[in-house]
Amino acid sequence: MSALLQIKDLQVQFQTIEGTVHAVNGISYDLDKGQTLGIVGESGCGKSVSVLSVMGLIPEPPGEITKGEVIYRGKDLLKMDKKEIRKIRGKEIAMVFQDPMTSLNPVLTIGRQLSEAQILHLKISKEEATSRSIELLNIVGIPKPEERLGEYPHQFSGGMRQRVMIAMALSCQPSILIADEPTTALDVTIQAQIVELTKKLRDQMDMAVIWITHDLAVIAELADRIIVMYAGFIVEETDIFQLFENPLHPYTLSLLKSIPRVDKRIDERLATISGYPPNNLIMPPGCSFAPRCSHHIDRCWVEVPKLKNVGSNHQIACWVDVTTGKEL
Amino acid sequence: MNDRQVLVQVKELKKYFPITQGILFQREVGAVKAVDEISFDIYKGETLGLVGESGCGKTTTGRTILQLYRPTSGNILFDNVELVTASSKKLRNMRKRMQMIFQDPYASLNSRWTVSRIVSEPLRVHNLHSGEDRTKRVEELLDMVSISAQCLNRYPHEFSGGQRQRIGIARALASEPEFIVCDEPISALDVSIQAQVVNLLEELQDHLGLTYLFIAHDLSMVRHICNRVAVMYLGVLVELTDRDELFSNPLHPYTKALLSAVPIPDPKITRSRKRVVLEGDPPSPANPPAGCRFHPRCPIATEQCKREVPEWRELKPRHWVACWKA
Amino acid sequence: MKTTIPKTKQYGVEDIESPPLSISQLVWLRFRRHKMALVGVVLLILLILFSTVGALFRTEAYGNITDTSIRLQAPSPEHPFGTDTVGRDLLTRTIYGGQISLMIGLTAVIIQIVVGVLIGAIAGYYGGWIDSLLMRFTEAVFNVPTLPLLLVLSKMLSDKIPTIELFGREFSGSVIVITGVIGLTSWMGLARLVRANFLSLKEQEFVTAARSIGAKNSSIIFSHILPNTIAPIIVSSTLGVAGAIINEAYVSFLGVGVMPPTATWGNMLNGAYKYIETAPWTWIFPGTLIVLTVLSINFVGDGLRDALDPRALVETE
Repeated sequence: MSALLQIKDLQVQFQTIEGTVHAVNGISYDLDKGQTLGIVGESGCGKSVSVLSVMGLIPEPPGEITKGEVIYRGKDLLKMDKKEIRKIRGKEIAMVFQDPMTSLNPVLTIGRQLSEAQILHLKISKEEATSRSIELLNIVGIPKPEERLGEYPHQFSGGMRQRVMIAMALSCQPSILIADEPTTALDVTIQAQIVELTKKLRDQMDMAVIWITHDLAVIAELADRIIVMYAGFIVEETDIFQLFENPLHPYTLSLLKSIPRVDKRIDERLATISGYPPNNLIMPPGCSFAPRCSHHIDRCWVEVPKLKNVGSNHQIACWVDVTTGKEL
Repeated sequence: MNDRQVLVQVKELKKYFPITQGILFQREVGAVKAVDEISFDIYKGETLGLVGESGCGKTTTGRTILQLYRPTSGNILFDNVELVTASSKKLRNMRKRMQMIFQDPYASLNSRWTVSRIVSEPLRVHNLHSGEDRTKRVEELLDMVSISAQCLNRYPHEFSGGQRQRIGIARALASEPEFIVCDEPISALDVSIQAQVVNLLEELQDHLGLTYLFIAHDLSMVRHICNRVAVMYLGVLVELTDRDELFSNPLHPYTKALLSAVPIPDPKITRSRKRVVLEGDPPSPANPPAGCRFHPRCPIATEQCKREVPEWRELKPRHWVACWKA
Repeated sequence: MKTTIPKTKQYGVEDIESPPLSISQLVWLRFRRHKMALVGVVLLILLILFSTVGALFRTEAYGNITDTSIRLQAPSPEHPFGTDTVGRDLLTRTIYGGQISLMIGLTAVIIQIVVGVLIGAIAGYYGGWIDSLLMRFTEAVFNVPTLPLLLVLSKMLSDKIPTIELFGREFSGSVIVITGVIGLTSWMGLARLVRANFLSLKEQEFVTAARSIGAKNSSIIFSHILPNTIAPIIVSSTLGVAGAIINEAYVSFLGVGVMPPTATWGNMLNGAYKYIETAPWTWIFPGTLIVLTVLSINFVGDGLRDALDPRALVETE
């Protein structure tokens, strides 16, 4: 069965005053129907840029998709014109962003914003859209939805707004939901609510989800598969259990060792990753993680590692076997 | 550890922010009760964690302790010196001994000042060291936080978030303080940098004998770095005890919900554990519920909880809780 | 395994190696992209050169020599800009007039900056009743129509202030009055701008940090916040110079500004009023120069506004 979404060798750059920012450097991954894929990485790793490209939301200029294909149901989204993309965006592939305050229009009522996408994509009347909106608000757990349709975003709390965003995203029953750091700005109890809601809805609607975050703990709850990104590259890709039990890329390893846990006491100092986050203005000749890696060998500095299989359903982009220290 | 020395005493602290209306003369029409009567002590040499979600008043508490906000009522004693009624001269003097580290590494450094000027500001304000000595001291401070002395004449925008945070730490150390309020010092940093900064804070505490009030919402980090933890909800303290005790035996229903909401980086554990998921949102601090502030969302609330504000009681040795049902 | 490359090596930027562009470099780069702003700079330099270097070739006295026998002569080799209604050489008067107009523009703006920034900073920083009071005062002055005020004040005061000597030139009292009046009636916009900036900047964490260190209020206002609001002040002042020059031109054209024999571009236009068609050279030169000066200042101001846009300068996450 071919995948629902296939990203092939995607490359995205931005032209700025200080030079070319290499945001995404040739990444490829598949998303199957009903699967939840987590993309994890720190700021600047390219995780958001890669999904914005899928949605056709990269401003060009200064952005530029220099290479790659994004195949959805057999068609390349990158080759579509604006009209065709708009039919897909919001209807088949929907997105939820990090900051619900700025992604909702402050001068339009929630009802109006909810109905907009539905009327556009599903070609239904206003009344029908309104009643569907009420149902949607119910599904996402907003009490007294009939009253709240006429309210404005500022009258909702952060968690409620994010629920509204999710309702908007789901209004046309998309097959893929992309969530870009949707809970990063929320309190931890609200985050838990949103995560539970997402799990419930995704199971009910058999929806595929791409969840982007920098928080490894959050993704542990949700994802089936996980991709770890660094400096615009995919460095590790595997299923969720293997990632935590048997991480094989030095970056993933260090990351997991450096985060504290609420259920365990850690009596020594936290393990750190030395050095600084990568500079995307520079494309090094070798592995971008080498300056911070404690397992590097000569080859790491001169050749960029490609993703290769290191087990069943487990790929890493690295020249070194971290268990032995020798070359792979 | 019963003979620990108390460094900071917070007594019945209240901080209300008035809501005003009016064109020329502002009338008070209400108040945001950010901090509504809390009391606790901070012992010398410890790291006290102050946790809670947005709107709970933890940042306001930190700033009010340092008199950056003037309390609406209550007392703050630092080393037995009353801060609220101190003269402005005395207060300025006390500021040498208590400092703050801020959350946003991009906004907490003046982008028009050089690193040297930023870090030496406390020295200038309090007339500490002078001339060459001052430069030496700045270099020493930068060295303590692992920033090269060559960066003296650089500007903040030339550094990364983690480096800026370390410059802020160097600034906080300049006047040789005994007490530092860390207001969410790592929330705005990348994960891999958070560990660096936290390790630095711990090392500095070991070497310089510092006392920290660590304000945070990331309970995992709080478990790692704090000795005791206080939990706030909507302007009041709900639980305060030693770190291990709080995480293994939380007594307040809010604390239990909070702990169960924190995600764990282990898919096997996280998918099999039972969770207490709170309904709804926290109410506004301008209009807190009567009785126990948590009762509308509490799974075990009773009639008493709706009417009476729970007492702050030491239910177990050194474990205080404000709950009728704990 | 031994590596030939040291562990601490970075591919690119370490905190000691060549730093990213400094703030001034960034500003210059952005400014340079504005073609019109560069045109404006060039024009402005030429105009300033005209008024300063030109003075080396003719003395002011020469421009005041009246000779009715050669009145209203068209441009000629001897009088490249022609002569005015009383036979004075227009080129010389234009050169010296330029000096006055530019000087008035500059000085008025300095007054504007001092008053506007002080009022705005204090109102914005302290808030409360101080803010209310200062802002009501600002609004009151705002609502007084400037031009009539200018006219009335300059008519009243011009004769009362004596001439002063500066840089080897004599300035009639009217110049001082005009400068003062323009400066004191045009600071309000800047005050509001500065106040708005102070209101938002004082909530920033670096200000809280300064307070927690124990810095005094004056230090916070002038050393901390003010440098962070330089950009709008520069832009506003640049445009303020243009505004002051135009104001002076109005007033002098109407005959109640700078009094002859001191020439300004404005009062030269007053003299040319009756001869618009018959002797166009009497108004074309000063008029064109006013337009060029104001235009070029506006272009430079536009370029500066974009180049100094704080969102582009401060790197945010």
